[in-house]
Amino acid sequence: MNFLRLAKRDDLPKKTEWLIRAGAILLSLVFSGLILLLFKLNPIEVFKTIIIGSVGSEMRIHQTIIKSVPLIITSLGVLVAFKMKFWNIGGEGQILMGAFAASYVALFFPEMPRAMALILMIIAAVIGGGIWAFIPAFFKAKMGINETIFTLMMNYVAIKFVTFLQYQAWMDPNAKGFPRIAPFPEWALLPKLFGVHIGYIIAIILVVLVHLFIKYTKKGYEITVVGESIETARYAGMNINKIIVIAMLISGGLCGIAGMIQVSGVEKTLAVGISGGYGFTAIITAWLARLNAISALFVCIVFAMLLQGGAYIQVNLNVPSTVANVVQGTILFFVLGSEFFLQYRLIPAKRILKEGKEAA
Amino acid sequence: MEGRIVAKMVAVEMKSIYKSFGNLLANEDVNLSVKKGEVHAILGENGAGKSTLMNMLSGIYKPDKGEIFLRGERVSFSSPKDSIRHGIGMIHQHFKLIDVMSAKENVIIGQPSDFLLKGKDISKRIKDISDNYGLDVEPDKKVYEMSVGEKQTLEIIKVLYRGAEILIMDEPTAVLTPQEIKKLFRVIRNMKDKGCSIIIITHKLNEVMEISDRITVLRKGTSVNTVETSKAEIPSLIEMMVGKKVDLDIKRETYEGVTPLLAMDQVTVKDAEGKNALDSVSLVISNYEIIGVAGVAKSGQKELCEAIAGLIPIDKGRIFFEGDNIVGKTPRDIIRLGIRMGFIPEDRLGMGLVGNMDIVHNIVLKDYMSQKGIVLKRGPSVTKAAKIVEALDIKTPSIYTQVKKLSGGNIQKVLLGREIDSNPKVLITAYPVRGLDIGASYKIYDLLNEQKKKGVGILFVGEDLDVLMALCDRIAVLCHGKITGVVNPKNVTKEEIGLLMTGSTQVEEEVVS
Repeated sequence: MNFLRLAKRDDLPKKTEWLIRAGAILLSLVFSGLILLLFKLNPIEVFKTIIIGSVGSEMRIHQTIIKSVPLIITSLGVLVAFKMKFWNIGGEGQILMGAFAASYVALFFPEMPRAMALILMIIAAVIGGGIWAFIPAFFKAKMGINETIFTLMMNYVAIKFVTFLQYQAWMDPNAKGFPRIAPFPEWALLPKLFGVHIGYIIAIILVVLVHLFIKYTKKGYEITVVGESIETARYAGMNINKIIVIAMLISGGLCGIAGMIQVSGVEKTLAVGISGGYGFTAIITAWLARLNAISALFVCIVFAMLLQGGAYIQVNLNVPSTVANVVQGTILFFVLGSEFFLQYRLIPAKRILKEGKEAA
Repeated sequence: MEGRIVAKMVAVEMKSIYKSFGNLLANEDVNLSVKKGEVHAILGENGAGKSTLMNMLSGIYKPDKGEIFLRGERVSFSSPKDSIRHGIGMIHQHFKLIDVMSAKENVIIGQPSDFLLKGKDISKRIKDISDNYGLDVEPDKKVYEMSVGEKQTLEIIKVLYRGAEILIMDEPTAVLTPQEIKKLFRVIRNMKDKGCSIIIITHKLNEVMEISDRITVLRKGTSVNTVETSKAEIPSLIEMMVGKKVDLDIKRETYEGVTPLLAMDQVTVKDAEGKNALDSVSLVISNYEIIGVAGVAKSGQKELCEAIAGLIPIDKGRIFFEGDNIVGKTPRDIIRLGIRMGFIPEDRLGMGLVGNMDIVHNIVLKDYMSQKGIVLKRGPSVTKAAKIVEALDIKTPSIYTQVKKLSGGNIQKVLLGREIDSNPKVLITAYPVRGLDIGASYKIYDLLNEQKKKGVGILFVGEDLDVLMALCDRIAVLCHGKITGVVNPKNVTKEEIGLLMTGSTQVEEEVVS
């Protein structure tokens, strides 16, 4: 390493930044192509099939949208917490608890107008997910307990709790012993617009709201300051514990909404599988979006395409869907790797001496 | 033949050294030659490349270019161990000792030894070294029970035990009281008489003049000159360091109408372990006055500032501000009352500014709270940022530049400027010139004096006794969380303050008139 040096970039022009990103994606395609060749698959065909599988027909576009909605909303939730450097790994659990609370309204409340029912379900979901996030936030604020482990463990509690509901407490007696919860009544289902449940409209509204919240409100500013430097926030007289708790309520509440949309729009009932790993995938997408709500929207759509296209190649090309995972992993590797080159550059040591001298 | 004799007299020779970190050229064509049996001072402002140079001599870094000779022989170190083997010992500013171990254990740690430690032999060797150089340490005392001075002595023994003949000391006096400094200088002279070479890194000119034989001045990464101390004068040294003439007068005006603003009455604060971090502290801050706080590092300075600002719970006592007891008020309420604090931590940014945010958003930090509603209004802060940048002559490409990209002096000006701009009644500043070069430090002193002229009551927590004595109207001395005295700097000597810093003497409680 004596002839090559790392140097921190100071100001990177936006154009170069995008060139580096584009280069990374290109490289990742070439590289995953090579891997596919190793499996004796035609990379061009695989890529083409992934795209066809995700946007090739109206039905597939619908499927891609359906997959992107929970991912977008969960990413927003994760992003609010991450902005504060509060590592909320508990998206899965918060989705499930939000879904549970919404399901309670759908299954046990008397019939009511659909609009009212949906609003009530969203409120219930926000509370459910919020409480699940509040518990670790409370312990973090009061006792400094590590939130990463705490939120992670809360996932398993939620999963087991919903499993218990599905297999015992709420099991549908009419399901002939099949472990499932009774389907929601019609008034508790999300209506469709252009063939897809309106979850995507909710998602877009939330993207805008979260963006405005972080950029233009006092609370959003406080969350950012706490994330950047707790000591500075303390010296500025901020009530840090309160900020942590509020941010986590928002974070968990958003994840809860994702759960509500899954049960009301997709599954039409509560099931253990509804969180579908979105709570974890959202961590990746939130980072890829550099904790920016608007970017998260686009990152999540691309991710959903990969998910949907991956499922499609399994059927269409008769290859395991893990092939799609390989492509996904390779793209991630290169895109995340390019972040490094956005902040540093490699230069030959000899040139540094020269440049330094000129600067001095 | 003569050349070889000269070579033997020279302990260390560094020739045309280059070292860069990323884009930054930390050392550029630096030359240094240290004779056997001499005390050689390396003088330079922060960022002049002193530490980089010494880290190369102690094997922590490798030079990009250039040669190092030891006693005439060319060497190249691949690790600190290598440099220790060649008889070089470095004493870092922040001690590298293990608290829970005894002095003896700290000395032998990492040393090749027999399977069973021969405790007696080691104790004897440590004692020999101590006697030889006039050092004084109990081999079985645990490090956590030691004072700062004792810890430093132990560090010296540690490197001597490893056979060091060339000692590098990084800012050795920074944490010591005047008495401890005297003692250290005696030890240094002893070591010099025994043939050791001592390199001292420092920026304190008085000490350089007192202890060193020769001085090498570094400026912006290059060695400017090497001079004999006996022929050097302070003003010319400063000129070499800074590159221009600097007026070194700190003004101190006295004003009429000094009345108490804030009074701490028997304030006690406990630390995390339940010990008294502040012990019945009574102190008065008055308007038209700068009151200094002196003390060995970690004597309760931070707790003192945080107690006033409402940032830590107060165990006992009261703090009166304009007649009201402010104990129990939230930090936000205290800010609203007009008490502002700027605390410069060691990393400069951590406690008042957000490095990744621009100047405007750092100004917002103290403004947004008084705004109504939930929306963040930046407008007023933009105007304010522009005003502060202009008034304090902050060098920045724009008010939308990230604060962390500014130089240290400008960062500190942003912080101080923000606090001053709110027209505070009481201004608490801790270490406002930490890490600043001479020119920038004097600008900060001027700013504080301007505030004093406006009638602000200023509490100034400082490190440099010379500065405290020149700038402040009164100096409170802290020792282990207690105030051992409040003195008038015109009537005391540095040594007297030093005694108060160690708690060896005490001045009767100051009577508030």
